[in-house]
Amino acid sequence: MKSIKNHLSLVIALLSILFSLQVFIIVDRSIDSYKENLATTYSVVVVSNKRVEDKVIMQANKIVAEVSVLTPDSVIQRLNTGMTKKNMELLKLTLPKFYKIKLTHYPTPKEIQKLTKNLLSNKSITKVESFSHNHDITYKLLLLFKSVITVFSASIFIVTILLIFKELKIWQFKHNERMSIMGLFGAPTWLRSAVLFRLSIVDALIASALAFALFSYLSSSAWILTQFDYIGIKIVIFDPLYDFLVLLGVAIFLSIMLASMIVLGHKEEV
Amino acid sequence: MDKVIIADNLSLAYSNNETIINKVSFSINSGNFIFITGASGSGKSTLLKSLYGALKPKEGSLVVGGVELRGVSGSKLNFLRKHIGIVFQDYKLIKEWTIEKNIMLPLIINGYEKTVTQNQVDSLLKHVRLKHQAGKYPLELSGGEQQRVAMARALSHNPILILADEPTGNLDDYSSQLIWNLLEGANTQLKTTLSL
Repeated sequence: MKSIKNHLSLVIALLSILFSLQVFIIVDRSIDSYKENLATTYSVVVVSNKRVEDKVIMQANKIVAEVSVLTPDSVIQRLNTGMTKKNMELLKLTLPKFYKIKLTHYPTPKEIQKLTKNLLSNKSITKVESFSHNHDITYKLLLLFKSVITVFSASIFIVTILLIFKELKIWQFKHNERMSIMGLFGAPTWLRSAVLFRLSIVDALIASALAFALFSYLSSSAWILTQFDYIGIKIVIFDPLYDFLVLLGVAIFLSIMLASMIVLGHKEEV
Repeated sequence: MDKVIIADNLSLAYSNNETIINKVSFSINSGNFIFITGASGSGKSTLLKSLYGALKPKEGSLVVGGVELRGVSGSKLNFLRKHIGIVFQDYKLIKEWTIEKNIMLPLIINGYEKTVTQNQVDSLLKHVRLKHQAGKYPLELSGGEQQRVAMARALSHNPILILADEPTGNLDDYSSQLIWNLLEGANTQLKTTLSL
């Protein structure tokens, strides 16, 4: 019982940090996946008075992935009120040329501005339609969501670190006397602090294992998977190897920092 | 005869700079059994603290076991402390450890093998008449028993010097006699004992 109590406070604190970190990672992945989905449906339309080579448009900016010509056939069909074929061909020649541009990724507003500017520098291009109004709204919404999650995760992290500092004072109090007595008999710093480092690494392992169990369960939960399906996002919610190693690394790093601060803050009683 | 302690114009003060010991010089040979007596507040404990490096000399020189304590580094201080034994008036036992493990402490620090350590501890527990209490914790023992554990700890690694700060100050006559017998026994094995 005493042993469980010794470990509980740090384990809970580490677990809350790991939880907020993994939530942040999941949200980040979700937003990236959503952006990829948007990128496949988003396109920019370019209007020019002359035929512009695909190569020229591709070279306008490195974010241009694909260029395709939009044929005006459907427009001409609507205008066909008994025109001869020759007149229809003539009309085709005089109509502006339309091009659809697919991008490598869902662009930022700045990237759209730069692309538009580069395209308009070509004298043949008369208009660039980036649907910026809708694009900006969507982009800002994603940015807002990501910022909110970042602030939320950072807040949990800060609050938990403050709790860990409080725990540090308790650990210092608990271990100070023992470390002083060991020091009086010539124990080097590493030996005096071995117990502390052992305790903190064990707590890091326990917290990581609990986080692993929790997120493994959540990633296979039918309800969670359904929610992601509704949004149309397909992501790896929890990678059992990579994500676990990240969580374990963070937990061990924080634990070792805590133990090191206690060792550095230790003053021999005179 | 080897000198275990050499003090030359030694002055000691705490952080408030009030000088407690002022320019004293003395030396102690190996195998001596020394008592330092004095009125309360005369600096006996201060002198003792300087001998195990808890208080650094303000002026002068203090050499213990061949180690100059003025400006001593952490590693050299640890080296000295591995070779001396200290008995405190308030025992200074580690409460979370059994008395067996408390006695083992200097042996663990000095890197003795497990079997050697265990044999030494068993022998010392018999010597201080606490073999039957090996698995108990310090707070489960009386003051006299705790001081016997502290004595056993101080002796466990065959130190060149034993420093004892009023080792029987809080004890009854029976326990006090036992402690003095242990100290005399330790001294006859060619160690230096200094007692306040």
